[in-house]
Amino acid sequence: MSSIAAAPPQNRAPGFWASTNGKKIVMAVTGAILFAFVVGHLAGNLQIYEGPQKLNAYGRFLHSIGELLWPVRILLLTCVGLHITATAQLALRAKRARPVGYSRRQAIASSYASRTMYWSGPIVLAFVIFHLLNLTAGYIHPGGAFVEGDVYHNVVSGFQVWWVSAWYIFSIGLLGLHLRHGLWSMFQSVGIHQPRYAAAMKSAAFAIALLIVLGYISIPISVLLGLVK
Amino acid sequence: MNLDSKLPSGPIEQAWDRTRFELKLVNPANKRKHSIIVVGSGLAGASAAATLGELGYRVECFCFQDSPRRAHSIAAQGGINAAKNYQNDGDSVYRLFYDTVKGGDFRAREANVYRLAQISVNIIDQCVAQGVPFAREYGGALTNRSFGGAQVSRTFYARGQTGQQLLLGAYQALERQVCAGTVTMRPRCEMLDLIVIDGRARGIVVRNLVTGAVTTHFADAVILGTGGYGNVYYLSTNAKGSNATAIWRAHKRGALFANPCYTQIHPTCIPVSGDYQSKLTLMSESLRNDGRIWVPLAKGDKRSPDLIPEAERDYYLERRYPSFGNLVPRDVASRNAKSVCDEGRGVGDSGLGVYLDFSNAIQRLGEGTIRERYGNLFDMYQRITDENPYKVPMRIYPAIHYTMGGLWVDYHLQSTIPGLFVVGEANFSDHGANRLGASALMQGLSDGYFIAPYTVGHYLASNKFDQVSGENPQARSAVEEVKQTTAKLLSIRGKRTVDSFHRELGKLVWEYCGMSRTAEGLELAAERIRALREEFWSDVTVPGSGDDLNQSLEKAGRVADFFELAELMCLDARQRNESCGGHFREEFQTPEGEAQRDDERFSYVAAWAYGGPGHSPELHREPLEFHYVHPSQRSYK
Amino acid sequence: MRLTLKIWRQKGAADKGGFVRYPVDRVDGEMSMLECLDVLNESLIEKGEEPIAFEHDCREGICGSCGFMIGGVAHGPMPATTVCQLTMRHFKDGQELVIEPWRAAAFPVIKDLIVDRRAFDRIIASGGYISVSTGNAPDGNAHPVGKEMADRAMDAAACIGCGACVAACPNASAALFTGAKIAHLNLLPQGKPEKDRRALRMVGQMNAEGFGNCTNIGECTAVCPKEIPLEVIAIMNRDYLRASVVRREELVAAIAPVSGWDVGGKS
Ligand SMILES: Cc1cc2nc3c(=O)[nH]c(=O)nc-3n(C[C@H](O)[C@H](O)[C@H](O)COP(=O)(O)OP(=O)(O)OC[C@H]3O[C@@H](n4cnc5c(N)ncnc54)[C@H](O)[C@@H]3O)c2cc1C
Ligand code: FES
Repeated sequence: MSSIAAAPPQNRAPGFWASTNGKKIVMAVTGAILFAFVVGHLAGNLQIYEGPQKLNAYGRFLHSIGELLWPVRILLLTCVGLHITATAQLALRAKRARPVGYSRRQAIASSYASRTMYWSGPIVLAFVIFHLLNLTAGYIHPGGAFVEGDVYHNVVSGFQVWWVSAWYIFSIGLLGLHLRHGLWSMFQSVGIHQPRYAAAMKSAAFAIALLIVLGYISIPISVLLGLVK
Repeated sequence: MNLDSKLPSGPIEQAWDRTRFELKLVNPANKRKHSIIVVGSGLAGASAAATLGELGYRVECFCFQDSPRRAHSIAAQGGINAAKNYQNDGDSVYRLFYDTVKGGDFRAREANVYRLAQISVNIIDQCVAQGVPFAREYGGALTNRSFGGAQVSRTFYARGQTGQQLLLGAYQALERQVCAGTVTMRPRCEMLDLIVIDGRARGIVVRNLVTGAVTTHFADAVILGTGGYGNVYYLSTNAKGSNATAIWRAHKRGALFANPCYTQIHPTCIPVSGDYQSKLTLMSESLRNDGRIWVPLAKGDKRSPDLIPEAERDYYLERRYPSFGNLVPRDVASRNAKSVCDEGRGVGDSGLGVYLDFSNAIQRLGEGTIRERYGNLFDMYQRITDENPYKVPMRIYPAIHYTMGGLWVDYHLQSTIPGLFVVGEANFSDHGANRLGASALMQGLSDGYFIAPYTVGHYLASNKFDQVSGENPQARSAVEEVKQTTAKLLSIRGKRTVDSFHRELGKLVWEYCGMSRTAEGLELAAERIRALREEFWSDVTVPGSGDDLNQSLEKAGRVADFFELAELMCLDARQRNESCGGHFREEFQTPEGEAQRDDERFSYVAAWAYGGPGHSPELHREPLEFHYVHPSQRSYK
Repeated sequence: MRLTLKIWRQKGAADKGGFVRYPVDRVDGEMSMLECLDVLNESLIEKGEEPIAFEHDCREGICGSCGFMIGGVAHGPMPATTVCQLTMRHFKDGQELVIEPWRAAAFPVIKDLIVDRRAFDRIIASGGYISVSTGNAPDGNAHPVGKEMADRAMDAAACIGCGACVAACPNASAALFTGAKIAHLNLLPQGKPEKDRRALRMVGQMNAEGFGNCTNIGECTAVCPKEIPLEVIAIMNRDYLRASVVRREELVAAIAPVSGWDVGGKS
């Protein structure tokens, strides 16, 4: 008799969180919340084009609603935590699901974006940490002194350092890739799929991701080109 | 031997109801105490196993594939008949009964066929309730098509995958019982012998196809639903694994084999392309509803079909059979294709093919409608031949498709071995000498869902069952024989592969016991089959061992049985000095070349008893009586 | 045409296995991939070697028995085609084809190209049916089913259970297979009463079998011989989500996965 261990015998069916589907649903919901943040953040950022007063006022406004700011931060952190935990666990599981790999594999349908989610995610995370240290806390601020409260100055001086901008643009590019697949995938994970609109939804996800990337990277580019000083 | 067919008396309309009332019942509390073995998980086997499980029996179900869902039934394309008369076109149970008896060329039992027609109605209901996605009208009602020469639309279908959907329905019902614990499924197990103890079927010997272990399994009754034996011909539309081993070994243990020579040739298959060909692909008969069959008028006309003008084409079926045209029954369509090819008017490289042309239908209905109706079949044709049937006519040729013969069973579907029931294509019961399109699925499900569960219960309620075990001498010797045969096959180490023998056997049977037969040819064939069999047993080579998965060994065992069965087929065809249905003897035809029955002398079921090695089998006759449909010469003119 | 087939050979579950190169001359364009293997096998048998074990039965693309990777693609390069229907005219003279079995923990190799797919049967057994016993059915036309709905159910029901979706998925997920059956039954009015329970149980079983997760990338439908749409996965997720909210208590024991081949009985 042959016996090769597939999965260990188990008699309790996995519950919601233990199931891959449940985790994907959690990822979709947390992803959607994080996406909302990305959009909101962009809306705030774009005020840079209206000059220092406007942007710094916006920064002050955010700080003034302190009692709301922390719950939002906690929500976002929780989302990030859950999103990452689920991904990590799923990635490990996927590895276990195919212990012996193929000698050759050829992807024939999936997009580059969808296949690189496991990479684009962590890099974007690393970037977010850097970004917080760079512009929120000011621990790492290579472009000269970090001035608490002067958001406009901090942004502009930060981006004048070429590699900060480059790193920013690169990471936002990856964020775009991540969103391009994620924005469509999250609907699929929670079960929203209309065959008639599937292609349109994919295109929409692409367009939205592109707009977001363009919006974000316009800032360092403007700074480097000297349009924003 | 006394062949008691247990046919009910009295009016045929109430016969099955009355029988059901008279059948003994097993007390619900006792059902759990009875065990039943079901071999086969096709439509017949899976439906029987699921239903018996639902009733509360302990069922063990075997199949040789890795999953019950892969049984050969999955491949049926066209549809399933039922006398629902949803189309209000004059169908009725009686008409389906009438058509089936007539279609079978008056060689089937009336009572069986009537029951089949009655039950057909329940089958559709059952399948719909299981979630079989039959084709529907926009309003949500079930739709039908006319099929295989029927003049009413009574065929239910699910695209070109009716068998698949029906089998998945039965498979799901089976898996539900597996989950409930009433059925134990044993895939990758091949039945290699029947264990008969005190004259009753009490178990089987199986070989585990993964580990090679040979084990015995016991029960109070054994049901075989192991399908047909069309693969005797090597090239057929059957799945590669379809085999006669289970029924043949049961035959050797005492079950009579009925009408082995009744085999059906299907007119619309994709022609053979080379000698590596491993099977023939069926193009559903429904294609004949819209396609027109023709060959060039002139012999050896090798022009491409679009260059042959209308006037130089011979729409031979329309010409010869003005009222049925392209929709004549399968045997008629097949024989005509063979005869035009024999005249040298066949098309394609091999000259073994006729055109099935859709250009008129496309003009009339538009490509869209044709695509809607046959899209998947056209795609399949194109995948295989690389020709686009929307542009170029399809080429088709007849191929072996179904076997009407099988183990003899009585009205209870019980063979001549008490406790051995046979369902589906494996038995001989309902189609006489020729089966109508879309009736095999109906018969398999009728046997499995609605008949065997009652009659097997009756058998269990009427008998007492002692404990039996592997220590029993009959069981031991059966296991010993299986092991010896396996060892023998592995030890010959000759020069020829199993497939090369099988191919040669197939050619012989196709040539002499195929679409048309002669006394002389059959005698010659029997002799040559015997000689080839001897060569097989001295020169076959089967590499590997018996202790693990060994596909050559599996095939070798099956081919060994095909040799013996093929000889019996020739013998049966030889003794039946008439033509009927799928059995066409050249000596017996009307001046127009139609099959000529001889009801005086051959209105019987030929049931053969195994004679033992080196002895000829013994023929028993079960006379057929017709009280409702009076035998007439079929005419499709 | 002449081809080189680089084929995975593995004696049994315990064997490590490896590739062996076989030149095959006289490959005809009309042959199917399986007929090409037949020809190779015949020559191996004549030499007294063990033929390559591969699964097959219907050879017309419907039973789901056959299937292996050709050049890193499940069922080879042609869309909507099983290896039994894949004709050799799609390859070029002199080409080398790498042929290996489906690979997934839930599909352990039995021999050469044959894998154990019983996990699929257990997923069906866990809830992939409508609980209607024989004799229990109302008239076939009692519940009208609109053509569009019947067609969508049929699209999903067309699944042949070959396992290519699992094989092609980078995560070895069985979402397309499981989704297809859930969608087929849950879309139909007959399947509604057990909708939640079915989704919970089948998803539970799929997870217990050790398949990976779905990342919605679509490699599965691209290789699916029946082109089962990704929509079925969304339907599974939706029904599972809904069921998880309203019917938590229905979650019961999963059927224990097995991998051995002991079939009971006595030897
Ligand atoms: C291509 C094709 C198309 C068809 N189309 C139609 C159609 O449109 N309409 C119609 O009515 N009919 C059609 N038929 C006929 C019909 O499909 C079959 O007659 C019917 O499905 C047979 O069902 P069954 O249950 O008797 O056997 P099968 O489906 O052949 O099942 C046999 C079972 O027995 C098992 N088995 C066999 N031998 C052994 C053994 N030794 N040990 C263990 N298990 C064993 C197998 O594993 C399998 O599970 C078609 C047939 C073909 C070939
Ligand atoms: S052998 Fe049946 S699908 Fe390929």
